Amino acid sequence: MHVHFLDPYRSGNSLVHRLDPRIKFILTLGFILVASLTPVGAWPVYILLFSIILSVEVLSELGVRYVLKRSMLAFLFVLAALPVIFTTADRIILTFSLGTWTFTITQAGLERFISIFLKSWISIQAAIVLASSTPFPELMMAMRAIRIPRLLVAIFGLMWRYLFVLADEALRLMRARLARSGHSDQVGLKPGGSVWWRAGVTGRMAGSLFLRAFERSDRIYMAMISRGYDREVRAAPLPKLRGVDSLIIVGGLLLLVFLLLFAILFWA
Amino acid sequence: MHHSIEINDLSFTYPDGHPALHNVSLIITPCEKVALVGPNGAGKSTLILHLNGILVGQGNLRVAGLPVIKENLGKVRARVGMVFQSPEDQLFSPTVFDDVAFGPIYQGLPQEEVEDRVKEALAVVNMDEYVHRISHHLSMGEKKRIAIATVLSMKPEVLVLDEPTADLDPRARRSLINLLKDLPLTMLVSTHDMLMVRELFPRMVIMDEGCIVADGLTESLMEDEGLLTAHGLEKPN
Repeated sequence: MHVHFLDPYRSGNSLVHRLDPRIKFILTLGFILVASLTPVGAWPVYILLFSIILSVEVLSELGVRYVLKRSMLAFLFVLAALPVIFTTADRIILTFSLGTWTFTITQAGLERFISIFLKSWISIQAAIVLASSTPFPELMMAMRAIRIPRLLVAIFGLMWRYLFVLADEALRLMRARLARSGHSDQVGLKPGGSVWWRAGVTGRMAGSLFLRAFERSDRIYMAMISRGYDREVRAAPLPKLRGVDSLIIVGGLLLLVFLLLFAILFWA
Repeated sequence: MHHSIEINDLSFTYPDGHPALHNVSLIITPCEKVALVGPNGAGKSTLILHLNGILVGQGNLRVAGLPVIKENLGKVRARVGMVFQSPEDQLFSPTVFDDVAFGPIYQGLPQEEVEDRVKEALAVVNMDEYVHRISHHLSMGEKKRIAIATVLSMKPEVLVLDEPTADLDPRARRSLINLLKDLPLTMLVSTHDMLMVRELFPRMVIMDEGCIVADGLTESLMEDEGLLTAHGLEKPN
């Protein structure tokens, strides 16, 4: 029994799935870059960006609901932006007190916060579509194609490969603990032990997991060396990009640049 | 008097749709020692994980007289001593004492009783001296013995072992077999070690592709070379 839920890839045969991974990777990066550079309060551009990513979601046949559900992850990032509501100087909309603290919400602060929220939400959807429609090895190929250092790509690859091994190991540890978490037949005993004891056990399990990961990395390294690894990451040459694929990349990037210029001209 | 293990028409399919058990029925009486053999992927481990409710399939299951249902899981887990194949998974605490004491502490037993249980369990596996050792530093044979002690300290009624002799050198294997021979518990042992099966287990259950394909006296099943070969097994010499 293995852990699979970590792998975001969902197989399919949609147009988006069949696209060359390099197109998807480059356009996704460009899309996220444009979304983050779009000025605060450029609402029509946000709507345009949202409709672009929504159409890609529909084309990818992943299901819009699936993507939107996963995109809730954006809320975590948005929490970090919460202070801008109160710290940007502008016309005051609302003032309220919590105990000895007084909070002031300004119009510019609120606009900036909503913009950050929309931008991260739209960007994360693009990342989700990319990760869900492209198998990881193809993503790595795309990373190599845009000249991300090979060593870094190799590290991503090893992380992805052994994340599952580690998760499996954690699962087996927890299962062994569960199997011994029994209730006695003696009456009047409270099962479970104290919270401190349980916390200690969990902490030590995490520690031993770390130790094992560390030892495993040593063994993996030895196995790599014994097959000729010499600290130089080599990879098979990349397949050639078809003419039509290059056209899609150029066209897509042009559209994104145009959107960005439009946003900067009218709202910056 | 109840049966130690009573499985009735148990089926299980993994969440990814892979069927693992198909209408399995099995009765094991108290103090019976039964070997569970079959090729890799036959469903042996899956079956074992049902015995204390870690996996839940369709069908009826009673262990040590208790139906394996959600409300009983705590009691069932105290009565089934499950030793996993890799002692690395079984031993998740830093010292031998912590690991052997886990079950009794979890049950809420008083401190003195926990210490008595640990001492007793380590004595049974002849590892009294190891109480303060660091699990990480033990040899494979020692780890296996400690792994067995970690469940003996719960005073289980049924002992379930997954591949107990895997990765052991001949001496460690011999001493483990002698240990299992002397333990007066109901035992269900999943293994590929046919020599041990012949020596230790009067009864043998053969599984293949999620079904029990044979269940009988080890002596007679071992003679049926056609049956053994058909299910990826070999008669020991």
